[in-house]
Amino acid sequence: MNPAGEIPALPAILTVVLLVSGAVVTLIGSFGLLRLPSFYERVHAPTLGTTLGTACIVSASIIYFSALGNRLVLHELLIIVLVTVTTPISLMVLVRAARLRDGAEDDEISSHKERNKHL
Amino acid sequence: MSIMLAWSITAAQILLGCAMACAAIRILWGPRAQDRVVGFDSLYVNAMLLLLAFGIRTGSTLYFEAALIIALLGFVSTVALAKFLLRGEVIE
Repeated sequence: MNPAGEIPALPAILTVVLLVSGAVVTLIGSFGLLRLPSFYERVHAPTLGTTLGTACIVSASIIYFSALGNRLVLHELLIIVLVTVTTPISLMVLVRAARLRDGAEDDEISSHKERNKHL
Repeated sequence: MSIMLAWSITAAQILLGCAMACAAIRILWGPRAQDRVVGFDSLYVNAMLLLLAFGIRTGSTLYFEAALIIALLGFVSTVALAKFLLRGEVIE
């Protein structure tokens, strides 16, 4: 239940604020993923968690471990860099795939209607 | 101070668990395949953040390495799924 070590008050307060606000922002993003009506709107919502939420929680982790070890611990920055670089790539490929699939479906529907008109 | 930190870590873990539940419901409901892939993308990012919160709770850096691996493999699998939806095959 208890965290591993005792850290001073100021880093502890910063850790608490950043951790909880990052979790709240991530929850808002995931809730948007659940509630928004169309796919192209839904794609935007989780990026709240992958940018601001990740930045807040990773900053909390950096501050906590730096205060715990009395030295600067920066290896968590790797996660920020990785997530910030990779999320736009994966979502761009995904939206291109979705547009292709929607376009293919529309073509199919219109050609189907065309055929029915001839009949 | 330590008690406040412990409770805030618990609160953050509960909130991230709710976020993972939202993403899981989107995976189950998702009317089409791309909705499920977006839900999966959000699910692994939330799991990574949950692991970081576990790392703060236990004070060990092992969880950081697990979170890094989740981020890497999650990106690769999302791109592979999106490529499959785009072309019908992953490696051409």
